[in-house]
Amino acid sequence: MNKLIQTIKKNSFLFQQLVHRDFTQKYKRSILGMGWSVLSPLLTLLIMKVIFTEFFARDIDHYTIYLFSGNIILSYYKEATKNGMSSLVDNAKIFTKINVPKYMFTLSKNVSALVNFGLTLIVYFVFCVIDGIQFWPGMLMLVFPVVCLLIFNIGVGMILSALFVFFRDVRYLYDVFLTLITYMSAVFYSVERYWFKRYFLLNPVYVYIKYFRTIVIDGKIPSLPYHLLCALYAALAILIGSRIYKKYNHQFLYYL
Amino acid sequence: MAATAIECKNVSIRYITGDFKAIGLKETVIRKLTHNYHVKEFWADKDVTFTLERGDMLGIIGSNGAGKSTLLKAITGIMIPTFGTVKVKGNIAALLELASGFDGDMTVRENAYLRGAFLGYTRAFMDAKYDEIIDFAELQDFQDYQFKQLSSGMKSRLAFAIACLVDPDIIILDEVLSVGDGAFRKKSGDKMREILDSGVTGLLVSHSIDQVRELCNRVLWLDHGRQIAFTDDVDFYCDAYEEFLMTKKLPRTSADLQKLAQGHKVRMAAEEAEREKKVLARAKSRKSGT
Repeated sequence: MNKLIQTIKKNSFLFQQLVHRDFTQKYKRSILGMGWSVLSPLLTLLIMKVIFTEFFARDIDHYTIYLFSGNIILSYYKEATKNGMSSLVDNAKIFTKINVPKYMFTLSKNVSALVNFGLTLIVYFVFCVIDGIQFWPGMLMLVFPVVCLLIFNIGVGMILSALFVFFRDVRYLYDVFLTLITYMSAVFYSVERYWFKRYFLLNPVYVYIKYFRTIVIDGKIPSLPYHLLCALYAALAILIGSRIYKKYNHQFLYYL
Repeated sequence: MAATAIECKNVSIRYITGDFKAIGLKETVIRKLTHNYHVKEFWADKDVTFTLERGDMLGIIGSNGAGKSTLLKAITGIMIPTFGTVKVKGNIAALLELASGFDGDMTVRENAYLRGAFLGYTRAFMDAKYDEIIDFAELQDFQDYQFKQLSSGMKSRLAFAIACLVDPDIIILDEVLSVGDGAFRKKSGDKMREILDSGVTGLLVSHSIDQVRELCNRVLWLDHGRQIAFTDDVDFYCDAYEEFLMTKKLPRTSADLQKLAQGHKVRMAAEEAEREKKVLARAKSRKSGT
């Protein structure tokens, strides 16, 4: 027990330092860098709104918020997993020389994506006010999909980072995969009129987006099984990720 | 009796290499299908056995590819031996290739803390040691410079200072005692001796045999992963090793060793005589010149 506390204490200092480093690397100490990460999803939103309103807005209430919900979650997923993917390769020089727990690199890379997500979430709620969304206590439940998504992203990041060590073209293959995810997440259209709408639930990103929409737009809390599904995806990702890290912990360095 | 600090028992490490590095998933699949996927295995270390007690300083010698760095990686826990066991008591400060792992965009101060964190120290500890580290590295005026603005000598000095001033139980030095200019080298050498006198266990990999002779009380000689010797007779084995470097004849028996060491003495004596002759000749020519 004492040892565990000591490990956490020791690693928390390392964690802070790594997060600090990742932020410095990413924003190069510029305020604009931070601002851009909020501005960029807003621009995407604007473009989608302009283009898709004519096609899809008729069937969907609060179309702006509908779009925005899809957008912020999808871009959080993309950013976090892409960052996570490079976490091992970027730090190869360190962990092949010093014995450091490797998951620390993945964790710290997830922080900046989470912070960005937090910032856009603030803008999201501002838009909710503008769009006349009713705020109600059930909205506190949004913490649940956010936590699930965070764990899911860490897990996927671990899996990808390991794959990226072994196969450097995973980066490009993953880009293709992300295009698939983007169109399968129903960001700008509604799945309600398709007979195969249940199969969209196979896509974890869609599951988390739908959770947001159910609470914010429909004003309802999803069912218990739906919660379990959210948790299941998160648990699966983190379990597979940590299994891979454990198994290949000492083999990564052959590939770097 | 002194406590055991490091115990390596029959350590063998299999290393894999080949063209699988960074070829990508598509290429891997194609090569596997065409049976063109080659992985070479070799033993980086084979049956290495030694025990160090607290306060020992081990010099690991051997030509390139002898398995020195791999052995150090097994001791620091970065690699695990394929066979055999490594037991280490205490925390390790590794100085493997000093200047890598720093971040160019961060300041000297931030990098110092980051490195401290990598080595497993707490913030409170780093707060307490920070000034001492900067003083030792002679970087007082550069604390808020970005790391990329420093010269390479300054970078190595910082790395050395951090690793040495954070009192480790075991210190690992892989070709690092030659950083900085002459003055700093002397200072780091002094610091090293001070650390060793304080009872820290050390492992030194160096191509400078003189350094090994000066600092070490144990020598481990590796050749292509094989353990040629582990001994406390530092001078004798260093003689033999130096002669081996010249003749490339690996000793098989103790008679071979004797011959090598003897050969070294003869050669040294010859070189000494040669030098004296040169000095005399120079003195003579100077005299005749004036």
